[in-house]
Amino acid sequence: MSEDERPEGSPVGRRVVLGMLGLGVAGVAVGASVQDRVSRTLAPVGPIGDVLPAAGGFRYYSVTSGVKRHSPATHRVTVSGLVDKPQSFGMADLAHFPQTVLDRDFQCVTGWRVPDVRWVGVALPDLLDAVGVSARARAVRFTSFDGLYTESLTLEQARRRDVLVATQMDGKPVTHDHGGPTRLYVAPMYGYKSLKWLGGIELTDRVRPGYWEGLGYDVDAWVGRSNGRGDAPT
Amino acid sequence: MRPPEPPGRLVRFTRAERSIHHATALLMLVCLLTAALLYLPPLSALVGRREMVKTVHVWCGFALPVPIVLGLLSRAFRADLRRLNRFVPADWQWLRRGDRRAVRDGRGILPVGKFNAGQKLNAAFMAGAILVMLGTGEIMTFPGPWGDRWRTGSTFVHDWLFLAVLAVTAGHLWEALRDREALTGMLTGRVDSGWAARHHASWADAARGSANAGGRPAVREANAQLDEAGAGAGEAAAGPPGTPGERGPEFAKRPPGTS
Repeated sequence: MSEDERPEGSPVGRRVVLGMLGLGVAGVAVGASVQDRVSRTLAPVGPIGDVLPAAGGFRYYSVTSGVKRHSPATHRVTVSGLVDKPQSFGMADLAHFPQTVLDRDFQCVTGWRVPDVRWVGVALPDLLDAVGVSARARAVRFTSFDGLYTESLTLEQARRRDVLVATQMDGKPVTHDHGGPTRLYVAPMYGYKSLKWLGGIELTDRVRPGYWEGLGYDVDAWVGRSNGRGDAPT
Repeated sequence: MRPPEPPGRLVRFTRAERSIHHATALLMLVCLLTAALLYLPPLSALVGRREMVKTVHVWCGFALPVPIVLGLLSRAFRADLRRLNRFVPADWQWLRRGDRRAVRDGRGILPVGKFNAGQKLNAAFMAGAILVMLGTGEIMTFPGPWGDRWRTGSTFVHDWLFLAVLAVTAGHLWEALRDREALTGMLTGRVDSGWAARHHASWADAARGSANAGGRPAVREANAQLDEAGAGAGEAAAGPPGTPGERGPEFAKRPPGTS
């Protein structure tokens, strides 16, 4: 094919590409603070968070193709393993425990953060006391009723008062998409430790790393001190 | 040698060019689809399997520049990259004017070359977007050495550019799908010469000219002869209102707006 256009004229294409590269680098450099402002500005707009990047909202993560819904009426959380009396708790049983309220951020290890979420639930140490932890127990393993997702804490971590079996989020029962009827909320750690669709709590003699830890994430996921991040702790 | 063209059809894209386009398009569509599944909560809730979707997205993302880089081996593709890069005055007119697609006597009134300015901008945007997505995607996929401000900044750029790429891709598909001959050109490599004259007048003249120069029976229209004469005059005059390198009849060489 012959040259129908000589290479004359201005190289606009190249300028566009270089301009975009420049904008990209600038965006990466200032993006963290801009995103913060965007999130706060768009947070009150509600469902817009479903289509705009991290507009103040949660992002939905699930590791399986689908999760069967559990009705709050029949849902139970089973506590087993190295305990004196294994037991399973329905929502009504959980409601009889003293309720702990935490206003804390939900912080994902990938960087997004939902500020000041109100969590209500049973502090994990209260639940552990109710079943009596054996002297041989060193760690706690959590299983999701999605059939795949697992998590773990050391016994010492599990006895913190800011680790909840959460039943409410922002004034409402925890929805299915957010991991309801019961999910874990580990306030001082990144989001992946806060296992969704909590169905089982098992006391074990050692830490058995969970689903995401098998994919390379830190087992001890303290906000600001793990996975190479230095975020301000929640 | 390629078999002779049926009269009235012009070669627009070689097999290599079409392969590069289709491979890039396929990878881009998979990237956009998996991005939507990872990113839009209603779709994530529907499909889940985050780790698998992410793996597909990351592999397709890193593969995206490969067809383009391999394509640099093709002379025709390199020539098209040069055409896409350069803006001649007709391209600025094309962007400015409301009647950019107007046709007179079976011919576009603007001497558009092989690509119009919209196609040039689309190509440049996509090239830039692929590079920026590649860079930010690398930081997100291998976050190890990067501080958290860089990671959050990369997520920010990757997220918002996704929406822009989605919009531009939708626009590109919209323009293609409402022009059957343009689709045929990308599918078979050949276009109707009448279509070429209406949408890419300057290129049509040159393509027809080269086909005739190739020794095939000249089915030359009076128009085409006129063009050659006009092109010679235009180059000799080298006046600013002309469109360098674009051949066209006299009216197309006058400053747009006066025609």
